[in-house]
Amino acid sequence: MTEFPRTFADALLSTLLDVAPIVAILLLFQLVFLRRKPPNLRRIAAGSVLVLVGLALFLIGLESALFPIGRTMASQLTAPETLGAERLADGIDWHDYLLLYAFAAAIGFATTVAEPSLVAVAIKARDASGGAVHAWGLRIAVAVGVAVGVALGCFRIVTGTPLPWYIIGSYVVVMLLTFRSSRTIVPLAYDSGGVTTSTVTVPVVAAIGLGLAASVPGRSPLIDGFGLIAFASVFPIMSVLGYSIAASWLARRRKSRLSKEA
Amino acid sequence: MTQFLSAMLGLTLSALRDLAPIILVIAFFQVVVLRQPFPDLLSVLIGLLCVIAGLTLFIQGLESGLFPLGEALAQGFAQKGNAIILLAFGFCLGFGTTIAEPALIAVADEAAAVAAEAGAIANDDSARATYALELRMVVAVSVGAAIVLGILRILKGWPIHWLIIGGYALVTTMTIFAPAEIVGVAYDSGGVTTSTITVPLVTALGVGLATAIRGRNPMVDGFGLIAFASLTPMICVLAYGMLAS
Repeated sequence: MTEFPRTFADALLSTLLDVAPIVAILLLFQLVFLRRKPPNLRRIAAGSVLVLVGLALFLIGLESALFPIGRTMASQLTAPETLGAERLADGIDWHDYLLLYAFAAAIGFATTVAEPSLVAVAIKARDASGGAVHAWGLRIAVAVGVAVGVALGCFRIVTGTPLPWYIIGSYVVVMLLTFRSSRTIVPLAYDSGGVTTSTVTVPVVAAIGLGLAASVPGRSPLIDGFGLIAFASVFPIMSVLGYSIAASWLARRRKSRLSKEA
Repeated sequence: MTQFLSAMLGLTLSALRDLAPIILVIAFFQVVVLRQPFPDLLSVLIGLLCVIAGLTLFIQGLESGLFPLGEALAQGFAQKGNAIILLAFGFCLGFGTTIAEPALIAVADEAAAVAAEAGAIANDDSARATYALELRMVVAVSVGAAIVLGILRILKGWPIHWLIIGGYALVTTMTIFAPAEIVGVAYDSGGVTTSTITVPLVTALGVGLATAIRGRNPMVDGFGLIAFASLTPMICVLAYGMLAS
């Protein structure tokens, strides 16, 4: 516990270093080109300090509490002993890893729900749509997409099937869904693909991918460990588009039933 | 003051709700499936408190700091009416936030190891370091270009799906011709570029611009900057892999 102030100072410093380029660019354009003080400057500055301190605390907490356990679990669940070493002697089969798929889906869902940048986009979407988009509903839809994507990505590593088939196949599905969706949800859905894989999700998901590729016979962590992030970025697009299509279809059906009864 | 405290209490509760799934999943798999006790329960609990406090402060800061900042910038640029400066700002923001992104540094180093293993570059430290640095530059330039394209789209009101679908078609075509070992890296590089500070700022900028410009709708035109920032790195890394081999 005595080392806490030190860890906190280190984390705060590295967060500060990360944002230094942003601050420099903002200042440059503000002072040289805009030359107009933004309103509520003090409030903005105070808020930015809160963001920095909050992010630093968040990262320390994750690093000391959740990531070590998450990484250990990823390696334990991919270890041959968990699966029964004698079964593995006569070749592996994709359903030897059912437990791992379940873990991957569950942790993909859970880390996405806690992802701060997704919270930010969800709040912005709620405000910009005047409340038509529910912040919590959007986050659940995105998290479901990540869960399915990560589980499928693990299945791909186990079976060793080529990554491009899955990703390009997902693109085709995204295109088809795009043409069935309302124009107001499409940009938000595309954005939600990019925000899911951030501070919380990437370290845990990458640990699963590397652990799995290292333990499955015939896979190389260098070549096959990649790709899980890509799954986690494409599938939320599908789940958000699918969610909005389903929601508007349900609303239409309810409306037509009401008008029939009337 | 009491209002502030009750707002903080509400945010803390919602942070607790956000983190509940992670805690449940880890506890379930640790205790029920793997049948192991938590190592060092006290430090785990302290860490959880940090995470909850951190998320609470972060969200409070978003609403009072980053969002108003992005909106003020968008308004300032819209009033200036100088598109070149706005686009230059977008490029700098995309490039500057990506080049220092820790997740990207990690991926670039791994990618260099992959390329060395596959024999695309010499397997020594300096060749790997050059490759990783070049890759980071490529991704950072592509994110800068993505923000420029995204802002242009907001200014012109182009529909997003044609641009994104065009990008997908390009990725698909390039995948056929790119060396196999770069494909996984390229696909992943799209996801790692958007950091926790950049996302709120860029989103607020986009929505702010779409609100400030007459005839643009914040939902239809304001979102989409992040989508471009996760697509162009894939294209540029694939191109880099084709040129470097």
